[in-house]
Amino acid sequence: MTALATASVPGSEAFASEFAARKARFAADPSWMAARRQAGIARFEALGLPTRKVEAWKYTDTQALGRQQYRLADDASLAPAVKDALALDVDAYRLVFVDGLYNAELSDVAGLPDTVRVVPLSDAIVNQPEVIGGSLNRLTGIDFTPFVALNSAFTEEGAVIQVGPRTVLDKPVYVLFLSRAAVEGQPVTMSHPRLLVQLGSRAEASVIEHHIGESGATNFTNMVSEVMLERGAVLNHYKLGEAATGETHIASLQVEQPRDSQYRSINLNTGGGLVRNDIVCDLNGNNAHARLDGLFFGRDRQHVDTHSLVNHNEALTFSDENYKGILADRARGVFNGRVLVKRDSQQIEAHQNNANLLLSDRAEINTKPELEIYADDVKCSHGTTTGQLDETAVFALRARGIDEQTARGLLTLAFANEVMTGLGIDAIAERIERSVAGRLPSRFHLDELVDLSVELGGGAVAVARDEDFA
Amino acid sequence: MLVVKDLHVSVEGKEILKGLDLTINKGEVHAIMGPNGAGKSTLSSVIAGKDGYEVTSGTITYEGEDVLEMEVEERARAGMLLGFQYPVEIPGVKNVYLLKAALNAKREAEGLGEIPAPEFMKLIREKLAFMQMDASFLQRAVNEGFSGGEKKRNEILQMLVLEPKLAMLDEIDSGLDIDALKVVAKGVNSLRNEDRAVLMVTHYQRLLEHIVPDQIHVLMDGRIVKSGDKSLALELEAQGYDWLQEETA
Repeated sequence: MTALATASVPGSEAFASEFAARKARFAADPSWMAARRQAGIARFEALGLPTRKVEAWKYTDTQALGRQQYRLADDASLAPAVKDALALDVDAYRLVFVDGLYNAELSDVAGLPDTVRVVPLSDAIVNQPEVIGGSLNRLTGIDFTPFVALNSAFTEEGAVIQVGPRTVLDKPVYVLFLSRAAVEGQPVTMSHPRLLVQLGSRAEASVIEHHIGESGATNFTNMVSEVMLERGAVLNHYKLGEAATGETHIASLQVEQPRDSQYRSINLNTGGGLVRNDIVCDLNGNNAHARLDGLFFGRDRQHVDTHSLVNHNEALTFSDENYKGILADRARGVFNGRVLVKRDSQQIEAHQNNANLLLSDRAEINTKPELEIYADDVKCSHGTTTGQLDETAVFALRARGIDEQTARGLLTLAFANEVMTGLGIDAIAERIERSVAGRLPSRFHLDELVDLSVELGGGAVAVARDEDFA
Repeated sequence: MLVVKDLHVSVEGKEILKGLDLTINKGEVHAIMGPNGAGKSTLSSVIAGKDGYEVTSGTITYEGEDVLEMEVEERARAGMLLGFQYPVEIPGVKNVYLLKAALNAKREAEGLGEIPAPEFMKLIREKLAFMQMDASFLQRAVNEGFSGGEKKRNEILQMLVLEPKLAMLDEIDSGLDIDALKVVAKGVNSLRNEDRAVLMVTHYQRLLEHIVPDQIHVLMDGRIVKSGDKSLALELEAQGYDWLQEETA
C-alpha cells in the first residue's frame, strides 16, 4: 500500500489505493487474470493519467480524475422501474450492468440461437477461461492508453458476445450500462467494463452499447472494447452515450477486420461531463470495410473528444468516416481522425468528414484530420467544416409561422440528419432527436409522417432527385 | 385590413422608404411596380419582419394590430405570408415537415388542435395536384436543388396550404417561363376571395395579365407616386417610368 501510494506519477494514487484495498475481491481470479491485473496496475502506475503534454490528450485534461477518491460498486441492485425509464424500448437480447456490475434480474437473453453466446464476462471467465484468456486484451494490449492499463487492473464485468459462423442474428444485442445517482459523502463510483465481440465467418449481428446515468450520477466509467471479426462477418455497433452530466466516460475500442468483413460504428453521444472515445480499426484483408459514423452534441460545459484511427494494412480496403458535432453554451468538442495507409496498401479508399455546428459564441471545437499515406495508388479525401445555423433559414421558417425555438430545433436536427438517416433502429433515432432538438412540439420523426411518406411511395428516408415536378 | 402610414425605412443607414402610404382592404389585389431600387421589395420584407430593416417612423397596422410589435412568426400566424423572391434552400428539412409544422402552428394560434394525419394528407394531395407537383417532392429538402420555377411553385404551394389573409408576393414571376407562370398565377388566383387580399411586387406587366389587380401603385424613390387601376400597367409598359418622374418632380 505504502509502496503504491508513493508512486511518482501523479494521479495514480487514488486508483492504486482502491486496488490494494480490494485484494480480497479479486482473490478468486484464475492465475492468468491475477497476472494481468498486476501488469495492468503496474503499467498504469508507470504511466499515470495522461497529461496535456501528450499530443493525443492535448485538448482533453484528465488530471482532475487523479484528485478524487474511488470505490468499486458492491451491488448492482436497481428498481426495474428505473431501468425501464432509462432503457431504450427495443426488441433485443439484453444484458444489464449497474455501476459496472451484472444485474441478472434485469437481463434477458432468452431465445438465443445455439450458435450464439451472450454472457456477462464474469460467467465467461469461469466457463470459457481458455477462450477469454486468449482474447481479452489481444487487440488493446495494456499499452494502448493508460486507461486500458487501468481497466486491465480492475476488469471484472462486461459483455461477451460470440456469434458462430454464418449465423445471422435476428435481433440486436442490447448491452445497457446504468449509473446510479451518487450517494453523498461516498467516493466516486468507478467501473471498468468490457465489451468483447467475436463474430465467426459470415456471421451478422447488431450490438447496441448504451451508457446512461440517473441524474445525479457522478460515475467514472472506463470502458474497453474489442471487436474481432472473421472473414465476411458484418457488425453494426451502435454506441449511445447518455451519461449524466456529472459523469466521466472514457472508452477505448479496437476492431480487427480480416478479408470481406464489414464494421460499422454509429457513435452517438449526448451525455457525460467529460467523454473520450478512442476508436481503432485495423483493416487487415482485401475488401474489408469500416464505416465510422458519429454525432456528438454538447451543451453547458460538456467536453466530448473522439479520436479515431483507421489502419489500412492491406490493399483494397475501404473506410468512410463521417462525424458531426453540435456544440452549445460553453461545450467543447474534439475530433481527431487519423487514417494511416501502410506501404503498398494500394487501391484503398479512405474518406473522412467532420462537420460542426456551433450554437453559441463560447462553444469550441478542435478538429484535425490526419492522413498518412505510404502507397501511391489510393483514393483519399478528408474535409472539415464549422459553422453556425443559417439565419436566413431560421427566418424562412419563422416567416411560415414556426416559432423560433422550433425553427432552430428543426435546423439543428437537419444538420444531424445525415448521421440519423438510415440509422436502422428507430428507438435510438428518437432518443437523439429528443436530446438534440429539445422542445419540438412533436417528434421530428413523426410516425404519421413516416407513414405518409411510405404511402406516398417515397419510403421513410427516400430522397427523390429527378422528375419531382410534372 | 392593412394600413401603412408615412412609413420610413432605412437599410444600413440609407433611407429606402421615405413616407409610404398604402391601404389594402379585404378582397383586393394590389400590385406595386416601379424601377429598380425604388424600394419595392423593402415594403413586403418589412411587413414580414425580415432583419436588417430599420423603421425610423410611420406605422403598419393589420386588422387593427401594430405589426411592428409582432414577432415574425406571429405575423405569419395572423395571416401575413411573404412569398420570397429568392426562396431559401433549407437542407435536411423536408417539405412535408415544414408544411405540417407551419400548418399546426397556425392552427394552434387559431385555437384548433393539430391537424389529423388523414386530413393533412388529403389536403396536401389536393394542393400538390393543383400546383402540378409530384408527391415525391414532399420528401425533398425545402428548395434544395430546385430550379427557379420549382421554388416559386413551392412558395405558392405553402400559401395554398396555409391560406394567408394577406399574401405578399415578391417578384413571384421572376425566372418563370410562361407555363410555370400560368400555374403560379392559377395558384394565386385560387387564393382570392372576399376575405383575403394580395400584395404583389413586380417589374412586369406580364404577371398582371394572369393575376389581374384591383389597384396598381407606382413606387419611385421610396414613395408611391401614382395609383390607378389595371390600365396603369399598360401605360407603364408603353411609356416606362420617366414620365412619372417628370410629372412628380
